[in-house]
Amino acid sequence: MTNKIRVATTSLAGCFGCHMSFLDIDERILELAEVVVFDRSPITDIEHCSTDCDIGLIEGGVCNSENVHTLREFRKSCKILVAVGACAINGGLPAMRNFIPLEECLNEAYINGIGVENAQIPNDPELPLLLDKVRPIHEVVKVDYFLPGCPPSADVFWKFLTDLIAGREPSLPYELVHYD
Amino acid sequence: MAKTIMIDGLSIPFEEGQTIMQAATDAGVYIPHLCHHPEFSPHGSCKLCTVKVNGRNCSACTFPAMEGQEVINNAKDLNADRQKITQMLFVEGNHFCPSCEKTGNCQLQAVAYHLNMLDDHFPLFYQHREMDASHADLLIDHNRCIFCTLCVRASHEHDGKEVFAISGRGINKHLIVNSESGLLKDTNISAMDKAAHICPTGAILIKHTAYQVPIGERIYDHQQIDQVSLNSEQVDHDK
Repeated sequence: MTNKIRVATTSLAGCFGCHMSFLDIDERILELAEVVVFDRSPITDIEHCSTDCDIGLIEGGVCNSENVHTLREFRKSCKILVAVGACAINGGLPAMRNFIPLEECLNEAYINGIGVENAQIPNDPELPLLLDKVRPIHEVVKVDYFLPGCPPSADVFWKFLTDLIAGREPSLPYELVHYD
Repeated sequence: MAKTIMIDGLSIPFEEGQTIMQAATDAGVYIPHLCHHPEFSPHGSCKLCTVKVNGRNCSACTFPAMEGQEVINNAKDLNADRQKITQMLFVEGNHFCPSCEKTGNCQLQAVAYHLNMLDDHFPLFYQHREMDASHADLLIDHNRCIFCTLCVRASHEHDGKEVFAISGRGINKHLIVNSESGLLKDTNISAMDKAAHICPTGAILIKHTAYQVPIGERIYDHQQIDQVSLNSEQVDHDK
């Protein structure tokens, strides 16, 4: 148990599609579980990273203050940090709001939107503040590896993790590199 | 005896007046490129085809082949530079492949795949750029324009029209169309024009054709651009 590789995962401004794709490794997860233990992750519901995580998989870009804190916790706790999927790499779909001023986005969603009742912009102190623009994670912390794709296929996760766990420099062959 | 140049240690014949790119293509040697197209005069702007000629960096698409040249093309450092250039193209525009209908058929994406580009490396610009969907059969998404000028050259040299031009300099550079309103619908372009089909990215698209071929079955989903490019461009050159 103690010798197992610690993997933490999270989804920032993502859709959990990358996590779903990761789970598409199907029964290979049993093989993975022999050498890997999951730390902070939506899979375990553990809230904070142990200080000695080996691999951190980050899905999604950075769209609010909580994302920044989470990302920094992962960077601090994980020896190897991996940007997983289009949103973590270039902001992806959420970054398409970058071309519209934030105030306009909020007004459209919460004030002027069709069918909105009791129009008000949410301002509970519990809610993380939105950033002016959605950013890819490499603009906030150092990232060691990138797995492109929307989402990266299960085989991308498998190839990357098995390479890394076997002590090989991870590499993705042509068939596994897709941005869509 | 035919004159020859050496590319990566291979002896490549050439005809007087050919560029290094033309000689290489004829001989089945792929040099990565985006702004080059064998049917149009070379532009030399994307710099992806940068090769070392007798130790100095040159654009293969514009540099004339000359007897005895030693050309280095497929080298680790050159491909690393090409990857950086491609990353700069990605961060300068707004290239969101998952939401682009050109994905899988896009040469910018295919070159990036070929160079095993896994990230953008640089901070993204997120420049706000407009879309012109005014024309009934065509649209321009300026977010994806890389200023290769292929549409400019195709319209001028092939279609006998002057539909496109590049305006502005540096970061303010942008594609313009030839109409008083500045809209594509008021130009004389037609969906049959070469200029409408030449865009290497998803900047100029033919309407009503998206997703006829599903993602996963598109040109570069299973073939690398080096082979696709040689197959099509060797044929073009023989015309």
